[in-house]
Amino acid sequence: MHDLTPITALGGTAPRTDTVGDVTLTEVPDVSLASVAARVGQEDLCATRLAKLLGATAPEPGRASSGDPYAALWTGPNQWMLSADFNTHEDIAADVNAHLTDAASVTEQTDAWVCFDLTGPRINAVLELLCNIDLTRFDTANATRTSIHHLGCFVISTEAGQSVRILGPRASAGSLHHAITTAMASAL
Amino acid sequence: MIINHPLLGPRDSAEFVYLGAAELMNRPDPETASADDWHDYAYLRDNPAGTHRELWFHEGGDRSILIVTRDTTTHEISAVELARRGAPK
Repeated sequence: MHDLTPITALGGTAPRTDTVGDVTLTEVPDVSLASVAARVGQEDLCATRLAKLLGATAPEPGRASSGDPYAALWTGPNQWMLSADFNTHEDIAADVNAHLTDAASVTEQTDAWVCFDLTGPRINAVLELLCNIDLTRFDTANATRTSIHHLGCFVISTEAGQSVRILGPRASAGSLHHAITTAMASAL
Repeated sequence: MIINHPLLGPRDSAEFVYLGAAELMNRPDPETASADDWHDYAYLRDNPAGTHRELWFHEGGDRSILIVTRDTTTHEISAVELARRGAPK
């Protein structure tokens, strides 16, 4: 029997929280992720099954949707990232694959990404130092891939100007955290 | 330089990687191509001063490959389309 200690992406036993001024950066460890890519010739069937699973049409380009249990994020033509609560949907890839079957390729992504929530009334001052997103048009439920600190990240606007979720490469979690907290200290 | 992505709107060219002339999509048929066909495909390019169709990979974005029609003398972009068949969802 192994006796392993669960740790977060940043290496702690509890999620890291950093606050500068009125903006807070929170590490979010309990997110399970799976990518969905429609197979060639199965795009319509994949869209239909995905809509049934999500309870709404899958997000359009540049958009994200929230939902219970699955939130979704458009990542490319005929491709999406689905997320759910890790505590109840640890086996997200198998669950999603059971619904989409041969219409799509589903790959577990949970341990490939680190998830941060950045919240507060002045997050745009932080984001404009970090990435080239056009923040004046980055409305609620918009989502995009962008480069932060030379790392390819997804940024999801959960409330325009108030709250974003950032998914970055987990192997570079420390670097991404350093970049965001440095920008927070500079901007706020 | 701004590339007007057909799905995502105007994006900075720094997010893209240049992949060369759009003729690279016209790969010879491996069943019938001669050595000369492969030589031409691999090495011969026009080098126009003016309108040029070229491939740009949206590496820092949605990972789609675009066909960008660009004037090589002014960098003016006159058309951008997805390098794929059919409309994406």
